[in-house]
Amino acid sequence: MKKTFRGGTHPPEFKLTAGFASQKLPLPEIVHIPVTQHIGAPGRVIVAKGDEVKVGQPLTEPGGFVSAPAHASIAGTVKAVGNYANPLGKEMATVTIEGNGSDDWFEGIEEDPDWQSVDADEIRARVKNAGLAGMGGAAFPTHVKLAPPPEKPIDTVIINGAECEPFLTSDHRLMLERPEDILEGARLVARAVGARQVFVGIEDNKPDAWEALKQAVGEKNDIQVEMLPVKYPQGAEKQLINALTGREVPPPPGLPMDVGCLVQNVGSCVAIYEAVRYRRPLIERTVTVSGGGIKQPKNVIARIGTPFARLIEAAGGYEDDAAKLLMGGPMMGMSQWTDIVPVIKGTSGIVVLGKAEASLAEENPCIGCGRCVSVCPVFLLPTNIARLSQLEMFDEAEELGVVECIECGSCTYVCPSKRNLVQHIRFGKTTVLANRRKQAQKQSA
Amino acid sequence: MVSPNDSAPDSGATPEKPEEVKPEAKKEEAKPAQAEKPAASAKPAAPKPVPPKKKEEAPQRQFMLSSSPHLRDTESVQRIMITVTLTLVPAMLGAAWVFGMRALMLILIGGAAAVVTEWAVQRVFKMRSTVGDGSALLTGILVSFNLPPGVPWWIPVIGSFFAIAIAKLPFGGLGWNPLNPALVGRAFLLASWPLHMTKDWLPAFWWKLPGYSFFTWNVSPSKLMVDGISTATPLEVAKNALKILKNPEGNPTDILATAGDRFAEISSRVIDMAVGTIGGCIGETSAILILIGAAYLFYKNYIDWRTPFSMIAVVAFGGWMFGGAEGLFTGDALFHIFAGGLILGAFYMATDMVTTPITPKGRLIFGVGAGLLTLMIRMIGGYPEGVSYAILLMNLTTPLIDRWTVPRRFGHVVKAADAKA
Ligand code: SF4
Ligand code: SF4
Repeated sequence: MKKTFRGGTHPPEFKLTAGFASQKLPLPEIVHIPVTQHIGAPGRVIVAKGDEVKVGQPLTEPGGFVSAPAHASIAGTVKAVGNYANPLGKEMATVTIEGNGSDDWFEGIEEDPDWQSVDADEIRARVKNAGLAGMGGAAFPTHVKLAPPPEKPIDTVIINGAECEPFLTSDHRLMLERPEDILEGARLVARAVGARQVFVGIEDNKPDAWEALKQAVGEKNDIQVEMLPVKYPQGAEKQLINALTGREVPPPPGLPMDVGCLVQNVGSCVAIYEAVRYRRPLIERTVTVSGGGIKQPKNVIARIGTPFARLIEAAGGYEDDAAKLLMGGPMMGMSQWTDIVPVIKGTSGIVVLGKAEASLAEENPCIGCGRCVSVCPVFLLPTNIARLSQLEMFDEAEELGVVECIECGSCTYVCPSKRNLVQHIRFGKTTVLANRRKQAQKQSA
Repeated sequence: MVSPNDSAPDSGATPEKPEEVKPEAKKEEAKPAQAEKPAASAKPAAPKPVPPKKKEEAPQRQFMLSSSPHLRDTESVQRIMITVTLTLVPAMLGAAWVFGMRALMLILIGGAAAVVTEWAVQRVFKMRSTVGDGSALLTGILVSFNLPPGVPWWIPVIGSFFAIAIAKLPFGGLGWNPLNPALVGRAFLLASWPLHMTKDWLPAFWWKLPGYSFFTWNVSPSKLMVDGISTATPLEVAKNALKILKNPEGNPTDILATAGDRFAEISSRVIDMAVGTIGGCIGETSAILILIGAAYLFYKNYIDWRTPFSMIAVVAFGGWMFGGAEGLFTGDALFHIFAGGLILGAFYMATDMVTTPITPKGRLIFGVGAGLLTLMIRMIGGYPEGVSYAILLMNLTTPLIDRWTVPRRFGHVVKAADAKA
């Protein structure tokens, strides 16, 4: 039997773009680079309007340990520093650069011939300088993950190639196109934290990717490439750890390192490899542009800061009935009100849904079928927690573990009564967390 | 690159806009539309949702906003109810074969009465009509399945009316009813018209007897009795046999012999009971046809194996242990499985989603509890059959069971031994 986790569901895969090589997007003439694309302290902007910048030039200075710099992704002139639309749902501090058409790189970004022998501290330093932050959604600065406290040693590194979201194939393509680079990145991660084993987890709807990585590992045999059954949310950190090692990460604030694990996405591995070997900052990434509302779904390699509209154009533009624009996949992606928002480090895909796909169903009472209970990967009782949240009975919801919900949306997906379970639960979760913060503030005051 | 929660614990919710958190926000139109409304409000600084910096890039398209997930399974309540109803068709046709057209008519009358009741009540009280979800039809059919085949036509009408108008809608309709409506309907009928409900049995294939035809409607169960054909159901026979044993009058060897004969007789008819060519309620005679339907429900994952199997196992084991004439462990387990409404009850009533627990462990407990109660009623209670009361009683405990069986949550464990390494 293949390894997997308990719970989960199987939405239709819609992997329309898996068969096509990723296409490099022409240099955009304008990019909007949000100053903060990670969780943690915001950076300080070190360029001003009118400055000339080159590709890879730092635009910000990290604002602390848990912080990552942003870099210019094209060469040109800084046109504005100010607030701009952001795919994470708010306006955020953004540096806008108008390109000069050239692709001049910032000095010092060159290959290190001795890259194989750099030590753990140097790996972390280069990763930090490169501004790496998780590339699978909400983004934690990578160098922080690479620096576990000494009392929490990491023995297992897990490379996340599950890509369980429908439509998305950017990781799949990366595994086919750059398997060696992924493995090199994985080895660097293992070296940085001193892990003794490395797993790559791939869902079995991507046998070619599994094959490619298996082959790339070859005789060396230092990395175990594992096939996992297709199941959502296999790509969720805790579920992937559970599937591959059987360990269960403790509930929040528990972290993977509490069970000796570290998870990196395949895209991050490539970026780590480039950061260490070439000292290259993260200035571009593979993005899936797909969905029923897109004319020619495809994967593109786009510079960070490129407006969504450019990528959609490259994918043939919108179908007439395009109704919903998402950053990320349809299970956890965020709906966007406009396509002027830029690609950020965590943009794994842009999915446009047609009218039919996007339609919202009317909510009916729970019929107690228990489907939400059986799919919840955290073993919660979604129907009860959702109802308690609706009734604003937050203490009771907290008792049932509302804050442990990973917001994977499986419960809402399967509910035959079309209840907006995770939406209610999210409301409860944010409220409980806000109350906790208030409490903590009161106590410290 | 999907990593739900690829981050610090508190982070998941932070990027969400506060508006998106509100689950009620159903069909938020794209924000820019609001910017165009006349600024009649007193507030001077109307919030500008669009960063006006790049005029030339102003969005031409408006997109729907909602919070994830943006994909829904095609499964719906309606589809579940209709599928469950369709899986009952084999048993319906079987009932028609054994009990004639009359049985089929009673089923249709029950179903129609339930649908009409739901429609009418919701209309009178100006409630949203839910007739379309198919649950009323299913309830009505199940009410009829629990009737003796010789009852007059108004029995299923009253049963269905009671099930829908008293046991379901006043509680808020589908999803809110604490008790299985079909079983409440049956219990009401049993209490109000006990004679019809316990004496209107017809022997299998009565319509083949001289003077009757497949389409015969008017039939008098008592007349058939007079004609010398036993219409007693197997469970009644068994109960009488036990009674003889318990209240011995006359020669003890005779008593044992009589009881033993009766048991031998019913045991020899287990096959008939499984196939359904024997007396009993309309829908519960043929275990095999019901199992065919239930198999499909398993395949579709509409019912959890835990409830029916634990319930049946408990009844079978208990029947084997206590149900025999010659002491412990001489009972006939198969007889207890196929007798009466156990199969129908276990697969179609004890698995009713609304009135049974939602947790896996809870469903197991529910099944065991319903099995034990069935046994107790069969063995020591006043009614020959206890399945429906057993399930109704367990329905009452459902909220409690759910509360007791909250599952262990992910990560709440002693760390795996492996993690120390
Ligand atoms: S309750 Fe949370 S973790 Fe569980 S299925 Fe729903 S969204 Fe996923
Ligand atoms: S999936 Fe929906 S209908 Fe089923 S138990 Fe959960 S909330 Fe209720």
